[in-house]
Amino acid sequence: MAQTPSLAEESGSTPFSSSQSITLRIARYNPQHDSAKSFMEFQVPYEKWTTVLEAILEVKKHFDHSVAVRYSCRQATCGSCGMIINGKPRLACFTKISELNSNVITVEPMNNFPIIRDLAVKFERLFDTHHKIKPYLIRDDTEITTNTKEFLQTPEELEQYIQFSNCIKCGLCNSACPTMATDSSFVGPQALAQAYRYVADSRDKGKDNRLKIIDDSHGIWRCHFAGSCSQVCPKGVDPAMGIQLLRGYMLGFRS
Amino acid sequence: MTNQDENKEGIGGMINPRRYGIERVAYLLMRLSGLGLLAYFIGHIYETSSILKGQIGWNAFLAITQTNAGHAILAIVIAMCVFHTVNGIRVMLGHGGVGVGKPARPDYPYIPASQNIRHKMGIYSAIILAAIAMMYGLAVMFGE
Repeated sequence: MAQTPSLAEESGSTPFSSSQSITLRIARYNPQHDSAKSFMEFQVPYEKWTTVLEAILEVKKHFDHSVAVRYSCRQATCGSCGMIINGKPRLACFTKISELNSNVITVEPMNNFPIIRDLAVKFERLFDTHHKIKPYLIRDDTEITTNTKEFLQTPEELEQYIQFSNCIKCGLCNSACPTMATDSSFVGPQALAQAYRYVADSRDKGKDNRLKIIDDSHGIWRCHFAGSCSQVCPKGVDPAMGIQLLRGYMLGFRS
Repeated sequence: MTNQDENKEGIGGMINPRRYGIERVAYLLMRLSGLGLLAYFIGHIYETSSILKGQIGWNAFLAITQTNAGHAILAIVIAMCVFHTVNGIRVMLGHGGVGVGKPARPDYPYIPASQNIRHKMGIYSAIILAAIAMMYGLAVMFGE
């Protein structure tokens, strides 16, 4: 009969038995104590399926448990573990070490987000701007009262926005955006793409309301279609497309 | 809240063209050419205002543009003008939602439809046309 390892054995064991290893450089910064960011280096063994998040957790387990990192689902669904990995915003759980083709992996907190500590950043502004564009259906009637019918949609109507409903609010698009790099008040690609998601929904009646919200000096006109948001999106949302289609409504290209 | 507290990339991050492909290069060139053309526009107004000093003053100022450095600057202005125009048309069409693709269920590996070959061709065309126009300008100015 197979013997189940004890909890002590399990927690003390190293999950990676590979002879391959990388140097993992982790940015350390505590705004309450430190004046500048510094880096700590760790030699971490890895397999071809090892993700960057697993490597960071390996460091926490065996080398330095004080490394601050936010994570939850480990399957690119919760949007918690966004960080800069070798210079580009990526989800740590969705990025395999082997695909980075480098012996040195540098992880830093996402740009354009205030740092809580080390790799964990504050999401308040992202959620504020997301909330600002009213991310829900706006209409006078409702489908949840008695004697009312559900709001039907054709598959074609669904296709108009389903791509944009995949957003997991990880913030990678806001981190890559060149406008966000200099303008703290910019609404950001995440919120603008979500504005399009609801404007394009045939059940929604709040188009004019939302267009008024984003028709601001720090709103949609600050997007210059650099497209970096779409390149880093881990869910294929393509915020740049949504923003340009949304602007099409405002410029009269769409109705 | 200071810049460091916000952890913003700042202008250095905004103008870094190395991480996000040719679209980010076009973004940088569009800004540089726009600022360059603005500087040329101001210089051009200053230059033409020299006519108020009479023909001698006008000819003296015009002579500056006939030097090698003057020719080189004008060639760069031609390149900036052509790039800004061609890429500007691409960006304006994109801003109206033209040529950015249609919404659809994304499939892994999630290649963004808005970064399609039409827009990449537009960017490369703008760069090539700017280079051809600059070389033509150099040939005309230095060819005599």
